[in-house]
Amino acid sequence: MSVGQAYPHDTAELHVTGAARYVDDHSLPSQSLHLAFGVSSIASGLIKNMDLSQVYASAGVVAVLSAADLPYANDTSPSVGDEPLLATGEIHYLGQPIFLVIAKSHDAARKAARLAKITYDEQRPILTIDEALSANSRFEEGPRIYEKGDAKSAIENAPLRLEGRLELGGQEHFYLEGQAAFALPGEDGEMLVHSSTQHPSEVQHKVADALGLGMHEVRVEVRRMGGGFGGKESQANALAIACALGAHHTQKPCKMRYDRDDDFIITGKRHGFRIEYSVGFDEQGVISGLHVTHYVRCGWSQDLSLPVADRAMLHADNAYHLKNCKIVSHRLRTHTQSATAFRGFGGPQGVVGIERVMDHVAHQLDLDPLLVRQRNYYSDAQTQGASVQTTPYGMEVADFVLNDMTEALVHSSDYHQRRQKIAQWNAAQNTLKRGIALSPVKFGISFTLTHLNQAGALVHVYQDGTIRMNHGGTEMGQGLFQKVAQVCARSFGVPLSAVKITATDTAKVPNTSATAASSGSDLNGMAVKKACETIRNRMEACLAKEAGVHPSDVRFEDGLVSLGARKLSFAEAVKICYENRVSLSSTGFYKTPEITWDRMKGHGRPFYYFAYGVAISEVVIDLLTGENRLLRADILHDAGQSLNPAIDIGQIEGGYVQGAGWLTTEELVWSDEGRLMTHAPSTYKIPVASDRPDIFNVALWDNQNREETIYRSKAVGEPPFMLGISAFLALGQAAAAAGGHYPDLHAPATHERVFWASERAKHGH
Amino acid sequence: MNIQFLLNGETVSLEQDAPERMLLPYLREQRGLTGTKEGCNEGDCGACTVIVTTENDVKPLNACILMLGQLNGTAVRTVEGLGAENELHPIQREMVYCHASQCGFCTPGIVMSLVAGQINDLADHDMVLSGNLCRCTGYAPIIKAAERAEKVLPKWLEEDRKKLAKLRLGKPSAIHPQSSDEVAALVYAEPKTRLIAGATDIGLWLTKQFAEIRPFAFLSGAKDLAEIRETPEAYHIGATVSIEHLRRWAEGCSPSLAQMLRRYGSLQVREAATIGGNIANGSPIGDTPPALIAAGARLVLRCADNRREIPLEHFFLEYGKQDLRTGEFVEGILVPKALGELRIYKISKRFDQDISAICGGFNIHIDQRDETGIVRAARIAFGGMAGTPKRALHVEEHLIGKPWSKQSVLDCADVWAQDFEPISDARASATYRQRMAQNLLLRYLADLAGQETHVLGLSL
Repeated sequence: MSVGQAYPHDTAELHVTGAARYVDDHSLPSQSLHLAFGVSSIASGLIKNMDLSQVYASAGVVAVLSAADLPYANDTSPSVGDEPLLATGEIHYLGQPIFLVIAKSHDAARKAARLAKITYDEQRPILTIDEALSANSRFEEGPRIYEKGDAKSAIENAPLRLEGRLELGGQEHFYLEGQAAFALPGEDGEMLVHSSTQHPSEVQHKVADALGLGMHEVRVEVRRMGGGFGGKESQANALAIACALGAHHTQKPCKMRYDRDDDFIITGKRHGFRIEYSVGFDEQGVISGLHVTHYVRCGWSQDLSLPVADRAMLHADNAYHLKNCKIVSHRLRTHTQSATAFRGFGGPQGVVGIERVMDHVAHQLDLDPLLVRQRNYYSDAQTQGASVQTTPYGMEVADFVLNDMTEALVHSSDYHQRRQKIAQWNAAQNTLKRGIALSPVKFGISFTLTHLNQAGALVHVYQDGTIRMNHGGTEMGQGLFQKVAQVCARSFGVPLSAVKITATDTAKVPNTSATAASSGSDLNGMAVKKACETIRNRMEACLAKEAGVHPSDVRFEDGLVSLGARKLSFAEAVKICYENRVSLSSTGFYKTPEITWDRMKGHGRPFYYFAYGVAISEVVIDLLTGENRLLRADILHDAGQSLNPAIDIGQIEGGYVQGAGWLTTEELVWSDEGRLMTHAPSTYKIPVASDRPDIFNVALWDNQNREETIYRSKAVGEPPFMLGISAFLALGQAAAAAGGHYPDLHAPATHERVFWASERAKHGH
Repeated sequence: MNIQFLLNGETVSLEQDAPERMLLPYLREQRGLTGTKEGCNEGDCGACTVIVTTENDVKPLNACILMLGQLNGTAVRTVEGLGAENELHPIQREMVYCHASQCGFCTPGIVMSLVAGQINDLADHDMVLSGNLCRCTGYAPIIKAAERAEKVLPKWLEEDRKKLAKLRLGKPSAIHPQSSDEVAALVYAEPKTRLIAGATDIGLWLTKQFAEIRPFAFLSGAKDLAEIRETPEAYHIGATVSIEHLRRWAEGCSPSLAQMLRRYGSLQVREAATIGGNIANGSPIGDTPPALIAAGARLVLRCADNRREIPLEHFFLEYGKQDLRTGEFVEGILVPKALGELRIYKISKRFDQDISAICGGFNIHIDQRDETGIVRAARIAFGGMAGTPKRALHVEEHLIGKPWSKQSVLDCADVWAQDFEPISDARASATYRQRMAQNLLLRYLADLAGQETHVLGLSL
């Protein structure tokens, strides 16, 4: 039984020996060329004059392309065609690619790219949310609004009310492998592209458009990425297109990888948000009405910002039953890098908003925030009875389990006793203060763009009983390939070693969706299972006839095929089928059932189901400096009936630390001119080993998915990211211990922000 | 120009390659050793970590900012040269067992750091991994693997050392001076010579700015510059003593200095970076100058056979300008043996491997004959508060003669502005910096009173 087992990552041994190959590790023919973008040095304006003579003259340069040289489409956008690969005159952000250098080495290209003499008609850039609002610089005509009940009168009539605001920074993906691609020109115009992308079909599509080819003439292959996190969903397009253009232009293999600084300066990041809230509640902390407004900093291009901002709205309730609420979302256009997909896809920002409201309400009432959370939770599914509670967008919450999960974690982590001890400890301390907080997550699983919820697979069984498996999902470290291989092995009752995992390839499985929205194993696992079942059904029919048994008496398990009392090895059974001219190859196709969504109305069932989790974090802060540290984290997470508990726990631990990083040390800073000042790991600080909590308890909640997902498992890629919010809330609790006022902590909670928050707690300003 | 070193046990002799070429592209592009990854090209992520062995040391180093010229006479191991064929090192085995790799890109570097840490008997895995970023795992399984791994000394270590001893280096070329005297002669003859020790700063000029750095010379052959010697009153610390060497040494004489150095860069950076480099580059945010200024250190500058000594704080004239005369170089630093109550406090966004927003060195002498204690002498210096590392002379003066109390510290509140006009940047705001100068002095007060003053000191 391979499903449910804690197998290591399929290429773990290749990782630890350095033998796992990433895009830049492929050895290319010696005449291969290397690419670099020349980028803008201003954030907004028009190119007046561009002198590239020194670029051409630089050592090793073979060619230089600018927008006018592009033969077909000049666009990298995943959505509305508003992202020129090379600027066409107007500059939208500092770091925007303007021209493409093709040279004999990576460094020759980089070096030459800096030698352009470009003059601009510079305009004052719109950088901040306030600047965008006052210039009415936005995507879509106005704000999107989702409403349920009557928030306005519910707030007005509530016994208690408060208002607040929360600033949330963006986040750089910092995948350890920077963006990379190479292209090999084939005969008759064909193009083979290797790309570090989560979305090979889109790369295929964009390359075809850029070269004036049909998609059938472009093949894209992805074996693995060195991390993606959403950052290689649309952001990989530019390099792949550039390589294909270079290869087309020179008829030589072309490779491109961003130096880390270029990666920071050029590519998109998580959306920064401002969240304003107005809430009405009673003395128990039960919320009767909520009005929340999202101001979303989308950067220069539309990219994936609309669905990201939508998902933030869809998670504005998180785990809480809001009878009356109004959610308003402004999608603001700024002269900064394009904000793009990043693990959670807007969900985390939506969730932080309501968690902040819970925290603020609890502070106002001097209640344990946990209690306020529990009082506002949806009811657990089995206790809801006939009247099922619905989300602000009208979806029934039919699988809620957080009441039980919260009780279990509160108990296992000794929350109440620790909270009491912390209060005593804090009372005795002048300088150091501790804080503890719980945060839950309820995360909707499915692409909100309904048609993306489909997947394909291709499975071959060979005469010797070995299996070659392919599907449309990409491997970025999340363990998708191993999980799906486990599904495949189980389908045929063979050991995992009989299944060969192969690189994602648009020539094998067409029209794939991005590996995103946590959907990888749900969709591709099911598609592979269907392909395997097709082959197995054919084999059963053949073998039953051969053995004179009923097809239902043919069983595949433990590497054997049982035909009633007779047992064959899987290889023997395969051989019989082959000799009986049975097709041992099949595609598989899956589409998620039951989902329907109208994003304009904000109503429907956008998600097949919800995944749940709950975390408790404890921190300590220093009131003199704001320096702070995570001491302990306890997590209980719902991965349904886990396909691979080790891989799932890895996603949970990693997601938690990445989420905590977003809200603490990871700060993006732009200068007044729009230059990203934190453009390398020297200035942008993701968590390092010593930042993880000293005590870190992670467990899976035993819970079958009530929907018919692949072996009743649940998606696990994004949901745990939001567990890191508990660390941010705990910092707020610790800062609040400095005095009686609300600390009003904003994110990222750097040492400096924690310091000022604790000063506010002391002095009220 | 001839550079010889061992690469995974095989002797490499380079004559054509530029000595300032980095090891990483050499490995990946020229040798096809692609297990060593490029993650940042500036020594901050550790994906390119290799192990460099010399006769005395086994060091994890970042190959992306390690010039070929620095490797003369060393043995380099990459992840490909780590284990015997088809046999995993226990670290690698436990990494697999503990699910310690996800995307796998940082993994070879992490393995190399952990193997080096094991060879060097370093039990603090957080320190061993302070220079290795992982974006996937959250580190817990990696630490578990490190804790579980059985300790073995790899066979190649002894073999590499034997081969090193036999390695016949040709006559050292001019860019590899073999003593401080040779360095002095070289700098005197060609004052523009750029002296390269650890290259943790100059490396970035090349990888990020494509700067022309010739003429240059590598200091690794001048062994006498890498020594710590004792005089009756002071320790003489040679300019190329590495920060990691200094940290180990400081554990004996100033735990506070050692603790700060524990947070200086990462292990890979500290193994390469030198005290002389940290001072000579004149950075306003280097961490050793404020500490050493507070300690009352004096700088030894040498020109040919002449030496002069100056108080360290006098070396930093203004931003980007140091008191270094033509033909002169930093030969060493004299640190007084009596360090009093020296304390160093560093504030940075992240505890490990981060550049300070502000770093303060405090050394106040309190006359305890009075009941509250009277301040008799004070040396307070900061990095990150001005264009240079700088003493808080006005605050010092204000404190001297006053009782050593919270009130006296608070009374200085307005004096700080006479000493410092800090700027706002990506690391901190000017207002925060200004407040921190005072608050770190308050911390010093609490620290001397024996109170728990740091979040890093607390564990559950």
